[in-house]
Amino acid sequence: MTGNLRRRRVIAAIALGASGLATLLGLAVLAAILWTLFSRGLGGLSWQVFTQTTPAPGSSGGLINAIYGSIVMTLLGLAIGAPIGILAATYLSEYGRGARLSTVIRFINDVLLSAPSIVIGLFVYTLVVLTMGHFSAIAGAISLGIIVIPVTVRTAEDMLRLIPSSLRQASAGLGAQPWRTITSVVYPAARSGLLTGVLLALARISGETAPLLFTALNNQFWSAKLNQPMANLPVVIFQFATSPYKNWQSLAWTGALLITLFVLVLSILARLMSNLFGPDESSIE
Amino acid sequence: MSAVTIPYKLQLRREARSEHLFRFMTMAAALLVLALLAGVLLALLYGGWPALKTFRFGFLTSTIWNPVTDQFGALAPLYGTVITSLLAMLLAVPLAFGIAIFLTETCPMWLRSPISTCIELLAAVPSIVFGIWGLFVLAPVLQHTVQPWLIDTLGDLPAIGKLFRGPPYGIGLLTAGFVLAVMVLPFITSVMREVFLATPRSLKEAAYGLGATQWEVIWDVVLPNARAGVVGGIMLGLGRALGETMAVTFVVGNAHRISGSLLAPGTTISASIANEFTEAVGRLYTSSLIALGLLLFVLTFIIIAAARLLLMRLEARGAHV
Repeated sequence: MTGNLRRRRVIAAIALGASGLATLLGLAVLAAILWTLFSRGLGGLSWQVFTQTTPAPGSSGGLINAIYGSIVMTLLGLAIGAPIGILAATYLSEYGRGARLSTVIRFINDVLLSAPSIVIGLFVYTLVVLTMGHFSAIAGAISLGIIVIPVTVRTAEDMLRLIPSSLRQASAGLGAQPWRTITSVVYPAARSGLLTGVLLALARISGETAPLLFTALNNQFWSAKLNQPMANLPVVIFQFATSPYKNWQSLAWTGALLITLFVLVLSILARLMSNLFGPDESSIE
Repeated sequence: MSAVTIPYKLQLRREARSEHLFRFMTMAAALLVLALLAGVLLALLYGGWPALKTFRFGFLTSTIWNPVTDQFGALAPLYGTVITSLLAMLLAVPLAFGIAIFLTETCPMWLRSPISTCIELLAAVPSIVFGIWGLFVLAPVLQHTVQPWLIDTLGDLPAIGKLFRGPPYGIGLLTAGFVLAVMVLPFITSVMREVFLATPRSLKEAAYGLGATQWEVIWDVVLPNARAGVVGGIMLGLGRALGETMAVTFVVGNAHRISGSLLAPGTTISASIANEFTEAVGRLYTSSLIALGLLLFVLTFIIIAAARLLLMRLEARGAHV
């Protein structure tokens, strides 16, 4: 009996020890990735990166056109996707609460949330690029906007649902129509939560590469025209990292470092905000 | 104020009109979510139609991918997609299980939140960063240590030996599986953690009261109780792995062929599209790539929909997943 108990205790100790090791391994991978990014990307970080455009192989240059393109397309994507996402979430949480249609929409939205982003790129290619006849920044922004929608719908609905219904009832009791209640009472009350959702969406699309490959394409030069191909960090990183040129590879690491830092800071910010204002964001897969 | 200057009835009518408009806008936005899904399907079907019409079912069964003779079959990328994703699951599921157990059972309270934040930050790292890291850091390590070891120890075994033969390229299906495993790890972990946390306290305490060790409580009480959620989380991770693009494109080797060895370069659906789409010349070539996209979309849709259905049913029972 005692031997059996000892055996069971040994098994427990081994299994729990292994679970600790698994955790260490997971953390080690994150540390390894960050360490590599810093050790290889930090060296190339200079003012040149923010003042000069992407160079030809072998000559010096920076990433400013790619950074500019990424900012423009990301913001445009947010401008397209976030309002639609918040409106749809408003329907799910306010007008359509409990409706059968809402259940279906919520389900489809969750599926879109995990859909491969490259497929979104193909979709926008056949819809926008083929219609316009050429690659363009606006096509890139639309594909990012499509990725923003499900992320915002999911977070915004969670946040709107947190607003106590007593607030809505008080507003209705004063004679306000639902739309006035929503825009003047519910939205302001959920403001920080909605902002958290938008931040998460921003973090999600900042590093997206696949949907830009054949929508925005890339541009070796400075271009601010929305109906022309536009440089962007992720595609430049992809192109430069897979090239045989040393200076291109070095710029790719610097770009990767910039993007990762930006996304990690955003994620931590969003997480802090949602800890303060809402449910934990582990509900957003 | 306007209420004083505008007749009361007029204002009421205005409010009613705004109400209609706002309601219509939210409804339209919600329906747009449905339209998006339908739109993606239709667009891919339209774009892939020439290829599907030309090759019919042969598209799914042919391994030939030849832009010169305009012959395209999806079997090699489909094989690569499935193999790399399964490899990723094989590696990531036990790890995720371990981490979730650690975070819910053994970890000191004050460490739980920082560690789970770090694990979830892995999910925020952009896919392209995993790709560049996989190509320049992980692949050389695998090539010089792990792969030679696999070839030496497993390569001569009768049945599974075939999987571990050939030269260690560094890049290939195995490396892609490794990178994918790291990428889906946080998703699976977070679902498992949530469902483990949802185990009723009374069940665990009853088991402890009967003299069970901590591990026995986990294995015989927590895990069976969370079974549906665990399966849902794994399938969610699988859906991610199937569709992941950039990281795989860096490390899979991009060779359109099916070789028996896991060490050999291959390709996946998403990597083929990412690599070849902008360079594809000719209607049939482009169309075949879009048809590949359709195949990927349908595949992931089925997996993700099943996972979501499972998790939704749990959510209805009160677990916050």
